[in-house]
Amino acid sequence: MDCALDIFFLEAVLNGLLLAGLLALLALGLNLVFGVIDVVWICYAELVMVGMYAIFHFHKVVGLPLPVAMALGILVVAVAGVILHAVVIRPVLDTPPINQLLVTGGVLFFLQAAATMAFGVEFKNIGVQLGSVSFADMYFSWNRILTFVVALAIVLVLWQFLRRTFVGTAIRAVSQDRQIMPLMGVDTRQIYLITSAIGGGLAGLAATLMVLQFDIYPQIGLQFGPLVFMICVLGGLGSMVGGFVAAFIIAQFITIGGSCFATEWGYAVAFLFFMVIIFIRPQGLFGGKV
Amino acid sequence: MLELTGINAGYGQFQALFGVSMRVEAGEAVAVIGANGAGKTTLLRVISGLLPASAGAMSMEGTDLRRTPPHRIIETGIAHVPESRRLFPRLSVEENLRMGAFVKPARARFAERLDYVYGLFPRLAERRNQLAGTMSGGEQQMCAIGRALMSGPKLVLLDEPSMGLAPVIVTQVFDLVRRIRSEGYTVLIVEQNVAQVLKVVDRAYLIEVGRVDRSGPAAELLASDDIRRAYMGL
Repeated sequence: MDCALDIFFLEAVLNGLLLAGLLALLALGLNLVFGVIDVVWICYAELVMVGMYAIFHFHKVVGLPLPVAMALGILVVAVAGVILHAVVIRPVLDTPPINQLLVTGGVLFFLQAAATMAFGVEFKNIGVQLGSVSFADMYFSWNRILTFVVALAIVLVLWQFLRRTFVGTAIRAVSQDRQIMPLMGVDTRQIYLITSAIGGGLAGLAATLMVLQFDIYPQIGLQFGPLVFMICVLGGLGSMVGGFVAAFIIAQFITIGGSCFATEWGYAVAFLFFMVIIFIRPQGLFGGKV
Repeated sequence: MLELTGINAGYGQFQALFGVSMRVEAGEAVAVIGANGAGKTTLLRVISGLLPASAGAMSMEGTDLRRTPPHRIIETGIAHVPESRRLFPRLSVEENLRMGAFVKPARARFAERLDYVYGLFPRLAERRNQLAGTMSGGEQQMCAIGRALMSGPKLVLLDEPSMGLAPVIVTQVFDLVRRIRSEGYTVLIVEQNVAQVLKVVDRAYLIEVGRVDRSGPAAELLASDDIRRAYMGL
């Protein structure tokens, strides 16, 4: 156990910052969907998995250039989000939340099984190594730096979209009062589909960044899905700002905890912190909506 | 302009409107008055499509409203200021106004309509970046009316604009109603504040338990002894 305030500690803090970018992006899509539609996509991490396999397939099997494969991967998951809403969510939209959890939970297992059938259980990798950069005796992988920059850029673009456009404003308005939307000339069903496409697209974007860092296998969603839920709940489910802040907090717990003890301890400490906060503030740090 | 014939409507097993017929001509201001629970709000909800009618006919300038999806009724020129205002509390004043101009034709003229509404209600221009939910009741009513005007409507439906406001503010709200009249909008207003509303409209319908009980020029109803007794406590 070594936890001095040295260069390794600084490296852990900076790596936590980089990890937070990806976690913030993952939390963003889930929070957007929950904030607007009031339904939790339990299968969100599995949508990311679908995106990773789609990119792998288009790049390694079909042989398309990686950027094209990534663009198609985003498209696939965006369409998957729309289908998820139209086929699975819409019929249970006005039923108790437990039904919505169960059906999206069902989709989780369906997607895992479908991925196993289609691609097998072995680990896949797109085989791209971007190397790392060293700075003052600290090492950072380019994958993580790129992920961080892209994730932040997407958060900013989405924020501007929600603040400045008519459709973006309508998305925020629906989350505040869905009954009167027809009086504004807004078709709520259409806004839900657009939101689901964006939620799916964000999962797809996360997939493009994750294929650069991780191997792909059918259960990969279980590796980070619970973490993303924890971040969303910690920030206040549905609060995009809360999810963003919580991602940075949790990432620090993981990397600093991992650096001082061992990686597994990092997660344990993060979840302990989560439980304490939820006892104190059950609605999360930024309870309420956008 | 607006014509209703034999409209029935209700919530589940409960029927709230029984064969309501009424018409509003272009340029008129018409009030619907009646006791609490008489069906006044239900009537406006049926006109703007929030609640489907179960029988009868309803048209706006020849367009069959019963065959128009709720979110497209605004395109016929009807704007509805709902009961208790229903602003988006965590959107700014200007974002609320932007929602009022969501439909395609209004979007194209957004800047122009915004200038117009800010010109009409300079207070909204001062508060444009404030969250709507943090304003006073009177200001919120102003914002709700401004939001309705953003779509460039012909007919404005106002549901209990004075509800929940202090007496001095109520007077200001009726001044707002006079102003949108003088701007040339046709107005259909639902009010429990019978004495005040009959002074700003041309005609009124009295609704009792879901039926039109009587109708006539505002001055005539204002002078009627039973209306004064039943609704104005005189």
